[in-house]
Amino acid sequence: MQTPILEVSNLSLRYPGASEPAVRDVSFTLGRERLGIVGESGSGKSTVGRALMRLLPQADLSADVMRFEDVDLLRASERQMLKVRGARMSMILQDPKFSLNPIRRCGDQVAEAYRTHVRCTKAEARAKAIAMLDAVQIRDPERVFEFYPHEVSGGMGQRIMIAMMLLTDPQLVIADEPTSALDVTVRLQVLKILDDLVRERGIGLVMISHDLNLVRNFCDRVLIMYAGRVVETLQADALDQARHPYTRGLLAAQPRIGGDRTALPVLDRDPAWLTSETHS
Amino acid sequence: MTFDRRRQLTTIAGQCGSIFVTLFGLLILTFVIGRIMPTDPVRAIVGEDATREVYENVYRQLGLDRPVWEQFFMYLRDVVTLDFGTSIRTGQPVLQDIIHVLPATIELATFAIIVGAGVGIPLGVLAAVHKDRWQDHVIRVFSLMGHSMPIFWTGMIALLVFYAGLGWVGGSGRMSQFYIGLVPERTNFLLIDSALAGEWDVFFSALNHIILPASLLGYSSSAYITRMTRSFMLDQINQEYITTARVKGLSQRQTIWRHAFGNIRVQLVTIVALAYGALLEGAVLIETVFAWPGFGQYLTSNLLIGDMNAVMTCVLIVGVIFIALNILSDLLYRIFDPRTR
Amino acid sequence: MTDATPGPKARPARLQSLTALRNIMVFLFKTPTSAFAMVVLAILVLVALFAPWVATHNPYMQDLQNTLSPPSGAHYFGTDELGRDIFSRLVYGTRITLTIIFLVTITVGPLGLIVGAVAGYRGGKTDIVLMRVTDIFLSFPSLILSLAFVAALGPSLNNAIIAISLTAWPPIARLARAETLTFRKADYIAAARLQGASTTRILWKSIMPMCLPSVVIRLTLNMATVILTAAGLGFLGLGAQPPMPEWGAMIATGRRFMIDSWWLVTFPGVAILTVSLAFNLLGDGLRDALDPKQMMKR
Repeated sequence: MQTPILEVSNLSLRYPGASEPAVRDVSFTLGRERLGIVGESGSGKSTVGRALMRLLPQADLSADVMRFEDVDLLRASERQMLKVRGARMSMILQDPKFSLNPIRRCGDQVAEAYRTHVRCTKAEARAKAIAMLDAVQIRDPERVFEFYPHEVSGGMGQRIMIAMMLLTDPQLVIADEPTSALDVTVRLQVLKILDDLVRERGIGLVMISHDLNLVRNFCDRVLIMYAGRVVETLQADALDQARHPYTRGLLAAQPRIGGDRTALPVLDRDPAWLTSETHS
Repeated sequence: MTFDRRRQLTTIAGQCGSIFVTLFGLLILTFVIGRIMPTDPVRAIVGEDATREVYENVYRQLGLDRPVWEQFFMYLRDVVTLDFGTSIRTGQPVLQDIIHVLPATIELATFAIIVGAGVGIPLGVLAAVHKDRWQDHVIRVFSLMGHSMPIFWTGMIALLVFYAGLGWVGGSGRMSQFYIGLVPERTNFLLIDSALAGEWDVFFSALNHIILPASLLGYSSSAYITRMTRSFMLDQINQEYITTARVKGLSQRQTIWRHAFGNIRVQLVTIVALAYGALLEGAVLIETVFAWPGFGQYLTSNLLIGDMNAVMTCVLIVGVIFIALNILSDLLYRIFDPRTR
Repeated sequence: MTDATPGPKARPARLQSLTALRNIMVFLFKTPTSAFAMVVLAILVLVALFAPWVATHNPYMQDLQNTLSPPSGAHYFGTDELGRDIFSRLVYGTRITLTIIFLVTITVGPLGLIVGAVAGYRGGKTDIVLMRVTDIFLSFPSLILSLAFVAALGPSLNNAIIAISLTAWPPIARLARAETLTFRKADYIAAARLQGASTTRILWKSIMPMCLPSVVIRLTLNMATVILTAAGLGFLGLGAQPPMPEWGAMIATGRRFMIDSWWLVTFPGVAILTVSLAFNLLGDGLRDALDPKQMMKR
């Protein structure tokens, strides 16, 4: 593997007022590849994403190493972070219904991402935004540019979001459940667009999801998180050889078309998982 | 499209209907207070020692010998034809009196709302950003203070300190005695009139006089504006699109002012319009203290001599202004929010 | 199913509300601003109860030898234009303030509650008519409407209280209606109706008690406004009449001597400000204490 884009070692994070840390001792590295982070809700997977962007200033964060290319994310000042966020590292959020500003035009919001980091005229930013909307396969991007978020569908909204986050050619994109708010029918379409762009441009991708099948198909490697810890790290094509009981439980709990119709097994949770070593 | 249009028309019609009903109710209320209550309107006009004949004459003139419902229709007719009778005190038609004094109050209230919004909105934003930290607590006490002070008293103390003591501002009235009658009355807005006439001495004297009452009035209304701004901002700050803005690389300040604040502007306009209406209330008291020849003083001086006709007209006009401000804020909301278009 | 009888069921509910009340009190005393408010209000009540012992002079006794004397050991807050002791007048004034608050509350609370609960429960035309009337009252600023009422009724303390009550009920009614609408569809109301309980009984036994907590909070929040309106009316000479030691009226008479004798207007004003601030802080604290989001955090 080439030099990693992202290197995280023993990341722990506790929200103010919480007794238990939301994330503990999470370590991983990321090259120009697609890494999936899978876990149930509350497992701390989204928190990892937000911690990497340093979006949780009140939280109590510690790590041995947290490095993004040449930036030490642990020690970078807010000012340095402003140059990183949105320019070199960006994040696609879950639900375009909430993640787009409801009273500003979609196009202006996309263009704003560009204008924040590149000195340019309004017209240049607009042209750039329209080109990007085109790249995420929006037909008639000039018209969509003028739309307000409530006037576009969920799938289109998420494509706008992707356009906004890839416009500045970042090295790393964190996708936080990018398709779970969308209709099943458009999920694959949106993921395909994201996947194509990420491959084309050689962007490192961290895909946060609760959907094992989805991650298996779109990622190279998978981290399985449980209760704030990484319990297992696997190659995506080797998921079936998972050894950790939690991962196997998750796999067993997936419904299968054509499988028998007995009740799906319920996950057994062993308190020992909270302390045991990571399988890898 | 046509269905939408039709539905829009129905809502508009429904709103017009409800405005009409409210106005009608207002009239009933002012009529009831003005005519049925124990004060004797005839006595107020003819005085205590009028002969029985004069008394009965006026009694009949006012239509008080007719049944109540007939009196109410007479009242309605008068209102519709904008005939509000004559003021006992000034001998002028009440409506003309009110039109004459209203600009002074509007000038005061406008100046005050600028102060109130100018203080209240930034403080509300600041309190929301620093929720539950010391800034929030200080702002809360400061603004509740403004909401708790008896404004007539604060006015007197402020006069004592800033006018009598320090001499920083002008005293009571709209300008120095010295300048009264110097500026031709065009709009009756003194600041505008004096500027139009190029009388800059008068202009500055007026400014000097308005600043204290307007600031106090503004401070008292800023409590409401601060509280609402804070709660609107808190709603926005927790929204996901704020995270989006941060992810894009906008700084905390840019995010707050460009995105969060941008999105509450519409709500704020509504709040400021309502606060403007509430200022009229404070104006009644503060005008008494500052001898401000406006609507509030007109109302209270008629009140004290028991001229119910003038008083009820004032009350009716305040009610109409309130309703108008409500409609206006509703309209502004519709115009500015893309989601309601 | 002995549990279904009202007796055993009502008791735990009462116990529960007592615990809730204690939690609220604990929360209020933990916040410095609301703790301050509670202390001020406790002092207010104590002073009013024990006014004859707290006061140093008779509040009505004139001493023409000793008019407009500045604050001193003999007269803590000085004397007024008739030589009356201002401190003692303020002390007795607490009784007037509390009377106003008490009378307004016991008029406005039930009135607003009944109007709101009936409108919300009956719905339909009753609702439209009652809410329309409420809206009409709400379309005036409360001081202006009270002024009109007092002007019509004639200036006196009692009429001021009536006028304030007449203007203060609509927000309560609005609130009670909104609360009722959320309970109206509840299963236990339907159950009561199926058992044949009359509308009056359902309103009285099931709906009004549920609305009560929020109405009480709203009333607390209104107190500051009530005090300021009463003082304003007193100041304009439309409320309590001389020689009553009402704080607003004291400011009005002191106004003429303000330039030379600052103590005449200063102390009554501070008294009004303190009490109304205390109510505002308490209301603010109560709102926080009952905000479910805030509760979750602890």
